[in-house]
Amino acid sequence: MTHLGYLIAGWGIALGTLGLFAVATVRRGRDLARRVPAERSRWLTAPGEDA
Amino acid sequence: MTETMTTNGTSTGSRGSRVLGAATLLGLATLLLFAFGLTEPDVRLHPTTGGEIGQFDAVRLLYLHVPLAVLMYVAFVLCAVASAGYLIRRTPWFDTMARAAAEVGTVFCGLVLVTGSIWGRPVWNTWWEWGDVRLMTTLVLFLMFTGYLALRRATVDPRAAALRGAIVALVAVLDLPLVNRSVEWWENRTLHQKSTLEELKIQDLTLFTLMLGFLVFGLVLTWLLLHRFRVGWLEREDVQHGVAAAIAERRAAIDEGDVDAAVGEGT
Amino acid sequence: MSRFLADARLVAAKDLRIEARSRVVLNQVAPFALLVLVLFGFALDADQRTLRTFAPGLFWVAVLLCALLAIQRSVSVEQADGALTGLRLSGMSPAALFVGKAAAVFVQLVVLEVLLTAGIIVLYGSQIEQPLLVAATGLLAAVAVACTGTLYGALASGLGVRETLLPILLLPVLAPVLIGATRAFDDALGNAAVDGWAWLGLLAVFAVVATAGGALAHGTLVEE
Repeated sequence: MTHLGYLIAGWGIALGTLGLFAVATVRRGRDLARRVPAERSRWLTAPGEDA
Repeated sequence: MTETMTTNGTSTGSRGSRVLGAATLLGLATLLLFAFGLTEPDVRLHPTTGGEIGQFDAVRLLYLHVPLAVLMYVAFVLCAVASAGYLIRRTPWFDTMARAAAEVGTVFCGLVLVTGSIWGRPVWNTWWEWGDVRLMTTLVLFLMFTGYLALRRATVDPRAAALRGAIVALVAVLDLPLVNRSVEWWENRTLHQKSTLEELKIQDLTLFTLMLGFLVFGLVLTWLLLHRFRVGWLEREDVQHGVAAAIAERRAAIDEGDVDAAVGEGT
Repeated sequence: MSRFLADARLVAAKDLRIEARSRVVLNQVAPFALLVLVLFGFALDADQRTLRTFAPGLFWVAVLLCALLAIQRSVSVEQADGALTGLRLSGMSPAALFVGKAAAVFVQLVVLEVLLTAGIIVLYGSQIEQPLLVAATGLLAAVAVACTGTLYGALASGLGVRETLLPILLLPVLAPVLIGATRAFDDALGNAAVDGWAWLGLLAVFAVVATAGGALAHGTLVEE
C-alpha cells in the first residue's frame, strides 16, 4: 500500500489519542465516584433543587 | 433520561454507556475494514502524460480527517449552545455540558489539524501552508479553545469559571463559520477543495465509507461526551461534598468544645 | 447617554492621569516596543531591504506584544485598594466602565503605534506611501485591540495566573486584526500590490463588533 507510513501515523495518532483520552476520563470518573457518596452521584438534580 | 443513564456507585459507566461503547468499538472495526480493505485508492491517469496520479492510498486518511472535522463542529456548536444556555439559565447542567463539549471538541480539533497535516504531506507536498485560510482559521479555533480550557482550570470559583468560560466560548465559536465557509469565500487562498463530496467524484463505496465514518465518530463523540459530562458533574459534587464535610467537621468540633479545631488552627 | 459618556470619560481620564503620573507606558512599554524592533533586526540578520519587506508584520507583532503589557497594566491598576469594587459600587454602568478603560488603552496604543512607525522608518527604511491608510489602519486596529483586550483583561483578572493566561486567551482572537492590519500596511508602505482598503474594511468590522460585544459581555461579567 502506498503512503503506508502516513496512514499508520495518521490513524494511529488519532485512535491512540482518543483511546488515551477515553481511558483518562474513565479513570478520573472511577476516582471521583469513589470519593463522592452514593446519593450525590445521580447526574440529574431533582426539579427545584438548587444549582 | 431512563435508568440506563444513571451512574452506579463505582464509575461513570452505566448500562447505556456500555452498550454505546460496544457499538462504537464495533463501528470502528467496521470502518477500518472499509477504509483499508474494501475501498480503492485514488488513482487517475494524467490527461497528457498518461502516468498515474492522484492521492493513491492517502485518500484513506480522509475517512478519518473529514469525519473528525464535522464532529469537531458538532462539539463546538454544542459548547456554544450550552454556554448560551448557561448565560440565560445559570444552571450547572449547561455549564458542565459546555465544558465537556469544549474539551472533547478541542481534542477533535487538534486531531483534525494533525491528520490534515499528515494527509497534506504526501498529497500537497507540505506539512503546513501559511496563507491557507482554512488551516489558519482552524488553528486559531484550536488555540482559542485551549485558552478556554486554561481559563477554566485557573479559575477557582466555579460560578466565575462558568461565566467567564461562557463568554470566551461564545467569542471562539464565531470562528466556526469562518472555518467552514473559508473554502468558498476565499477560493484562491486555500489548497482545500471546495467540497470533498463533489471534487472526488465519489463513487458509492467511498461515499458510504465516509458516511460510516461520520456515524462511527459520532458514536465516539457521544461516548466521550457522556463520560466527560459525568466526570464534570462528579467533580462539582465532590467539591460541594468536600465543603459540606468540612463544615460538618467544624460544627462537630464546636459541639465538643474544641475551639482550635473549630477555627481551623492546627490543621 | 450623556451620563454614560461622562462616566466613560471619567474612567478614561482617571486611567490616563495614572499613566501620566506613573509613566509606565512611556518609560517601560515604549522602550520595550523599540527593543522588539531591534531584536527582530538582530534575529533576522538581514539588510534593510529585506527588513522593509517584513516591516508591516514585525510592526504589528510589536504592537500586539506592547498591547499585552498595556492591558495588564490597565487591569492591575484596578486591583490595588479594592478600586474595582469601588467602581462597581458607584453605580456606574459596566459598559461605561468598559468604554472608559478601553479608551485609555486606545490612547496608549496610538502613542505606541506612532513611536513604532518612526521606528520602522528609521530602523527598517520603510516608506509611507499612503499616510491616510496608515493612519486609518492604526486607529481602527487600536480600537479593535483595546476593546478586545479590555474584555479579555477582565476575563483573566483576579486570578493569580493572569500574566500568563491573558496572552494565550487574547492573541488568537486578535489574529484577524494582525492579518488585516499587516495586509493594509503592505499596501500603505508600498510592499505589495494588495488592496489595503479592503483589509481595512475587515478591521472596521472587527472594531465595531469588539466594541459592542465587549461592552455587552463586560456587563455580564461584572455582575459576578
